Amino acid sequence: MNAPVKPSKLIKGATGDWEIVIGLEVHAQVSSKSKLFSAAATEFGGDPNAHVSLVDAAMPGMLPVINEECVKQAVRTGLGLNAQINLRSTFDRKNYFYPDLPQGYQISQYKSPIVGEGVIQVDVEDGEGVSVGIERLHLEQDAGKLLHDQNPTMSLVDLNRSGVALMEIVSKPDIRSAEQAKAYVSKLRTILRYLGTCDGDMEKGSLRADVNVSVRKPGGPLGTRCEIKNVNSIRFVGQAVDYEARRQIGILEDGGTINQETRLFDAGRGETRSMRSKEEAHDYRYFPDPDLLPLEFDQAFVDALKAELPELPDAKKARFIADFGLSADDAGVLVSERESAEFYEAVLGELANPLRDGKLAANWVINELFGRLNKEGVAIEASPVSAAQLAAIVDLIGEATISGKIAKELFEIVWQQGGDPRAIVDARGMKQVTDSGAIEKVVDDIVNANPDKVAQAQAKPALIGWFVGQVMKSSGGKANPQTVNDLLKRKLGL
Amino acid sequence: MTDLTSLTLAEARDGLVAKSFSSLQLTDAHLAAIEAARVLNAYVLETPEQARNMAKAADDRIAKGEAGPLEGLPLGIKDLFATKGVRTTACSKILDGFTPPYESTVTSQLWRDGAVLLGKLNNDEFAMGSSNETSCFGPVVNPWRRDGSDTKLVPGGSSGGSASAVAAGLCLGATATDTGGSIRQPAAFTGTVGIKPTYGRCSRWGIVAFASSLDQAGPIARTVRDSAILLRSMAGHDPKDTTSVDRAVPDYESAVGRSVKGMKIGIPKEYRIDGMPAEIEALWKQGADWLKAAGAELVEVSLPHTKYALPAYYIVAPAEASSNLARYDGVRYGARVNGRNITEMYENTRAQGFGAEVRRRIMIGTYVLSAGYYDAYYLRAQKVRTLIKRDFEDCFAQGVSAILTPATPSAAFGIGEKGGADPVEMYLNDIFTVTVNMAGLPGIAVPAGKDAQGLPLGLQLIGRPFDEETLFSLGEVIEQAAGRFTAAKWWI
Repeated sequence: MNAPVKPSKLIKGATGDWEIVIGLEVHAQVSSKSKLFSAAATEFGGDPNAHVSLVDAAMPGMLPVINEECVKQAVRTGLGLNAQINLRSTFDRKNYFYPDLPQGYQISQYKSPIVGEGVIQVDVEDGEGVSVGIERLHLEQDAGKLLHDQNPTMSLVDLNRSGVALMEIVSKPDIRSAEQAKAYVSKLRTILRYLGTCDGDMEKGSLRADVNVSVRKPGGPLGTRCEIKNVNSIRFVGQAVDYEARRQIGILEDGGTINQETRLFDAGRGETRSMRSKEEAHDYRYFPDPDLLPLEFDQAFVDALKAELPELPDAKKARFIADFGLSADDAGVLVSERESAEFYEAVLGELANPLRDGKLAANWVINELFGRLNKEGVAIEASPVSAAQLAAIVDLIGEATISGKIAKELFEIVWQQGGDPRAIVDARGMKQVTDSGAIEKVVDDIVNANPDKVAQAQAKPALIGWFVGQVMKSSGGKANPQTVNDLLKRKLGL
Repeated sequence: MTDLTSLTLAEARDGLVAKSFSSLQLTDAHLAAIEAARVLNAYVLETPEQARNMAKAADDRIAKGEAGPLEGLPLGIKDLFATKGVRTTACSKILDGFTPPYESTVTSQLWRDGAVLLGKLNNDEFAMGSSNETSCFGPVVNPWRRDGSDTKLVPGGSSGGSASAVAAGLCLGATATDTGGSIRQPAAFTGTVGIKPTYGRCSRWGIVAFASSLDQAGPIARTVRDSAILLRSMAGHDPKDTTSVDRAVPDYESAVGRSVKGMKIGIPKEYRIDGMPAEIEALWKQGADWLKAAGAELVEVSLPHTKYALPAYYIVAPAEASSNLARYDGVRYGARVNGRNITEMYENTRAQGFGAEVRRRIMIGTYVLSAGYYDAYYLRAQKVRTLIKRDFEDCFAQGVSAILTPATPSAAFGIGEKGGADPVEMYLNDIFTVTVNMAGLPGIAVPAGKDAQGLPLGLQLIGRPFDEETLFSLGEVIEQAAGRFTAAKWWI
């Protein structure tokens, strides 16, 4: 990609501007009950070596058998990434020795991956969207894990993860800043979670990224890249890119050259460190796995999966904007997590008049509910206010039974004590007063008692707000603000 | 009572059905024969207790009229097949003491059909060898000797234990595996019948892997009929091996004795190699004449890429082996030789656990898959493989039912005689058999005569994919014409 880069994405160095070029390889654990080539469970946790089949332990004479569900998950993901689905793909062996790799090779897809090129739209916080190309997605086995703290002289091996299916999703080098890199991983994670093909839990290692970083003079030839392995949070992706770019720029500006190497990210120090150079890189001796026939399926198999795909975040966002008049920002916030979108849609489903109040509901979900959940550190799944309760509150506002101010009190009561919002309003006499006769009396009293303010308001109509405040105050907040406004305008001759 | 160990498997089966003797008697006779023939070193593990228990259970089923197709028939199992609770080592030190908690699909089908396990049979380490001299348990001795000589001869390999045991009457039949000729060459060296079925006909699940795209299980037996009976039980689709083929298993025995009249038999001119002994040439001609006399039509055919098969095989097979054998790392099972760190542990374990021939093939395989060499070796060998396959396809497309060739370029040789200085000398044993593995076709070796020194020689018939039946029909013609070959029991 040699498209001109926005100056805001460049890094200023002593010798001028530098452009960062980033590509990511994301390893996403496939959501499936059993492993890629065996029937052992993929369950997280469990005692070491509790989920290990004869195949996972690479006992003599054991053979891999592909798990169809993992294939479906990879195809669904490919469809979600707007990517080419390859009806024929092959498995290769990547050979190397390590105690967490029982077979002595990882079964992966090297030459012919199951998914080819695709593209996703990434939204960056500053509002600039960017398209990031997907190079490929392939299926491969995860390795086990070494336990170094169990025995004074030996390391022990836990093979529970050995053979679990991973999707390696490789981006094109289309990313130009740490912010974009973070936004890319975040968007990818959202898509995977919508699809249900990966739980996206980075703390458990279900999603991790290898980050390839190089720098160059804007529009110049690509620089030598370094690969930062196994970055396991979105924040660290940003930190790793920033640190690595500045490190490379520093070396180049001092007249040095970048060595192509594999580096690791030290989260504690926020820096990257060399793991091994290109010369030390393994020769993996890839070759087609003779135990597995090529993976072949027909277009009907793909079409059937496509027909069942859930609505993805971009489509959902567009629909929220078109159908309910949401702002792009609000719609973006709602779709960024599958659970948030699902909650909002549940509220919509409960509303008496979703077309009228959909936008109002979005404001309430985002500002009141999410605000409160964040403040209290509560996940949306555990929200004390249900979608039905929130919809009832929005209905009460929409039908002008209560004012927004009262609605906030009502929300607080429901948050604290639960209950049916409509019943609470009735029981506590929280209905707003729309009887203009009663309000008119209050308005008259205040107008008559404040002739000086009346004069001022007539000179400067914005001061009507003071009168509104006074009226609302004496009505205990229950007066309908629109009625109050109309009456005041008439009385003050505005 | 006749010597129960001299019966064919079919005769023993019929005798059991007729209640002429019991499975226990049959089994005991074989256990006694095994004990008396330990000098042959055919068995690396005898399981007399298990054998007698299985025999008794078989007798019970026979009494109840619930006999399976192999009910009560004692067999030997090549040590490459995992046998549940019974030590399985592939005759390698690196699997020292390994007792699998699982049973290979092929052997489990034999037990399902009522067969009795006598013990585990010797083989070349990880099936790598053509003389059974690379086994960590030492070489197997061929029951055959040259006329007037007591020189110990090899039984061929890698299924040398299987061939020797069948030839010496130490089992009624044996399982074997064939990656480049490991069933057919030892069968030819011992006057027995061995068939390597079509790739995918038998499940590879639970068989210690050598070269996955070439390995295939099959039987070694005393007659064509016996091998047909055994293959029917061994073959079949297995969902645990995705390279096994979902296709009904025919009643192979019914093909034995079927007319071969009108069949076109190909004689490939490329198999007439330089320096081929005259007696092999004569044997080949004799075999062709027998088939002609039985009504078959002989046609000369061409398999132009034959000469590239052996070199290509010795790239593909070691490449796959180098990867398949990576799991023997001392971490989870088998032998471990510790070191100061993990790399040293790997090095020590693998240097001491693998024998010289296995190490050689791992090194060749690692080399041909290395960056910069892959295209020149592995990829090119795979292209050759495609061409070899096409040669056969073209041949069969001309209406040829099967192809007749010698099984080996010579009779059995002496222990220690070959390959000491140049491993290629040993590899040349497989010159007529590797093409069949490269093309995934079925091939049967049938004894057809003797050389000047009185040693058995075999002919090979190569068939169309999944047409083992034709091979049994043609093999029977040769067997009927050539007669059976039985070694004198010099060890008793």
